[in-house]
Amino acid sequence: MAPARSTRVNLPPFQQLLDRHAGEVYRFLAASVGPVDAEDAFQETFLSALRAYPSLRHSSNLRAWVFQIAHRKALDVHRARARNPVPVETVPEQVAAAAGAGEPALWRAVRRLPDKQRTAVFLRFAADLDYAQIGQALECSEPAARQNVRAGLATIRKGWARA
Amino acid sequence: MHERVSRLIGRAEAEGLVDVAYAETDTPVGRLLVAATPRGLVRVSFHGEAHEAVLGELAERLSPRVLEAPSRLDMVRRELEEYFEGGRREFDVPLDWSLTGSTFRRRVLERTAKIPYGATASYRDVASAAGNERAVRAAGTALGANPIPIVVPCHRVLRSGGALGGYGGGLEAKRFLLDLEAGRSPLAPTG
Repeated sequence: MAPARSTRVNLPPFQQLLDRHAGEVYRFLAASVGPVDAEDAFQETFLSALRAYPSLRHSSNLRAWVFQIAHRKALDVHRARARNPVPVETVPEQVAAAAGAGEPALWRAVRRLPDKQRTAVFLRFAADLDYAQIGQALECSEPAARQNVRAGLATIRKGWARA
Repeated sequence: MHERVSRLIGRAEAEGLVDVAYAETDTPVGRLLVAATPRGLVRVSFHGEAHEAVLGELAERLSPRVLEAPSRLDMVRRELEEYFEGGRREFDVPLDWSLTGSTFRRRVLERTAKIPYGATASYRDVASAAGNERAVRAAGTALGANPIPIVVPCHRVLRSGGALGGYGGGLEAKRFLLDLEAGRSPLAPTG
């Protein structure tokens, strides 16, 4: 059993977080790291959340909190890939498979963005978070979140125009 | 997604991260919510109590790590099934009394748990067995707050004189359980 909590926060049953956010967290992860790594990242995201849950000091914005964890797990995957690069000829297939319903080349372009911009774009368009929630997930201000999305989209647009 | 979430819950259980596991189970007295901690069965609630509110209460009073993990409830669900088929007269699942606050209430419920299948006792009987013959009303309150009805058979406690008294699951459910245990073919409660 978890130690007795202070009575200050009333956290809802963890199952409720899972029911409400499992689908969108998975969509975000699949877009961000591809479906193969998304499976593990999804498990790690919710296991981390479950470990930390009883000591959480607030019960507002649980959605942004879960996405903050998902974002960190996605970063781990991207960093691990940077350390152990996949041979270049296998990348296009992997990315194409990863994209699922999305436009593969476009998703690939998003994945090449810097960390914050990439996450902000995926949170906005794969998980449908608003800018305030993106700010909470990325631990930055709402205007900064908006700026990251805008900058990310501008970079993609430039690359797209060249292509 | 279902498989993904099941796998997650399996891993959470393996890591000891599920403090309260729950499941729903259909019975002749309606759909029951059953919940267990690693110590044992902690809560049974009737359909009349909104299950969402019950889960919120479990999160608040025990731990917010409340997850739908039906495999942890397999034993109690099987025992309930056998009970309603008339084949089981005692429950063997371990109980967790965490939700029963005071010593008096706990004694009332432990005394109630000893009333044999098919028998009944009065509120006064359980009050005096719990150490205070005059605390009939408090015994009634303790029974009304029984967190583990059916398994802790508060339906076997009646008014002196045999009137049904009250029941958290509704009087029809109480009558149904008494008829079942008396070997009278119970009429399925309506609604």
